[in-house]
Amino acid sequence: MELTRKILEGDVRAAARLMTMIENGASEARAALKSLYPHTGSGYIIGITGPPGSGKSTLTDELTDELRKRRKTVGIVAVDPTSPFTGGAILADRIRMQRHSLDADVFIRSMATRGHLGGLARATNDIVDVMDAAGKEVILIETVGVGQDEVEVVGTAHTCVVVSVPGLGDEVQAIKAGILEIGDIFVVNKADREGANRTATELEMMLHMAPDTGGWLPKVYKTVATKGKGIVELVDAIFEHKAFLDERDLRKKKGRERSERAFLTLLQETLAARTIERFKRNGSMKELIERIADRELDPYTAVEEVLESIGL
Amino acid sequence: MTTQVEQKIRVLIAKPGLDGHDRGAKVIARAFRDAGMEVIYTGLRQTPEMIASAAIQEDVDAIGLSCLSGAHMYLFPRVMELLRERGADDIVVFGGGTIPDEDIQKLKAAGIAAVFTPGATTGEAIEFVRTNVRKTV
Repeated sequence: MELTRKILEGDVRAAARLMTMIENGASEARAALKSLYPHTGSGYIIGITGPPGSGKSTLTDELTDELRKRRKTVGIVAVDPTSPFTGGAILADRIRMQRHSLDADVFIRSMATRGHLGGLARATNDIVDVMDAAGKEVILIETVGVGQDEVEVVGTAHTCVVVSVPGLGDEVQAIKAGILEIGDIFVVNKADREGANRTATELEMMLHMAPDTGGWLPKVYKTVATKGKGIVELVDAIFEHKAFLDERDLRKKKGRERSERAFLTLLQETLAARTIERFKRNGSMKELIERIADRELDPYTAVEEVLESIGL
Repeated sequence: MTTQVEQKIRVLIAKPGLDGHDRGAKVIARAFRDAGMEVIYTGLRQTPEMIASAAIQEDVDAIGLSCLSGAHMYLFPRVMELLRERGADDIVVFGGGTIPDEDIQKLKAAGIAAVFTPGATTGEAIEFVRTNVRKTV
């Protein structure tokens, strides 16, 4: 397939076009993803997550700079929220990354969530796969600004970096649930601000309270991304975590879990879409919904009936 | 990925040149978002090379260039030239700023699809993008 061949040869425009098709749910995208799939699986995926304004974009920019110094090619997927009112979005993460825009070994793609919850866009996984197939050795995923519950990135990334900042009051409390459990590495960014040490200590204390399962022990790092401080140490820590995973064959395990989730999601979506399509085609959808709304029929029975009618 | 098709117009709003007046660019970025588009905003002091590269990576349908420095006669055509070199001149490029009438014709001859001068409304720009971007994914 022409598109796939171009992408594997490193054609940026072809890869970018496919990413758009994926985001738009175009049917041609499936064919391309099928043929690209055997070429995926070698990229190392790093998630950068944390509350809004914690400096994720600047940190991503600095990490990219350091990774390039270490001769790694880099893909960046930066996710910003879609307005729930207009469906539009301003994707502004690139502002902080513009110095890499002329580097042929850095591919930056901005994505809007398009209503998907969880901190990523629905198509993020597939976009990461395209970057992987296009030969990017390290892929950074910058999530939307997250609160306590948007932890989807952990299902995609090999190493998950959770970014916090001092002076957000109970921010550390806020990231305790959910987000604290997904971090492989914790960063207190803007560490030149007052309270940085206290924030770092609080994080460390909470991490020590977690039961020691003999696994990876997350550490807390302090950075000032705007000044490039602490970045070398952070990248070292990421590679330490990578080595930890590889020594124990855990990267493969994570990959398998990701494949399972991706497969199940795809199966659910495809099944739902095909069922609804078939059901709509035979024209009884509207009538059925009326009956449910009028309490003549309950939705559980309705679903069973629909599935039975198509032989499932 | 889903099977339902949801096509969004993606627009890059960029400020080439050295002037620091990005209010117009921000107003247009916001207006486009409110019109349901995905706006990639790259900020100040972009070179034409940076703009073309970002536009291709982001696979945008249109690029809006805002320039108030007076250097539009170099910067705008240069963006077009770079897009052409990379086979991406199907991207619609439009410009805005304090641009004298006599320059507008020359810019259009260079491939800039529209030029919005002070007094033009955001609604006109939105309408222009909606009617002129490529329709196929």
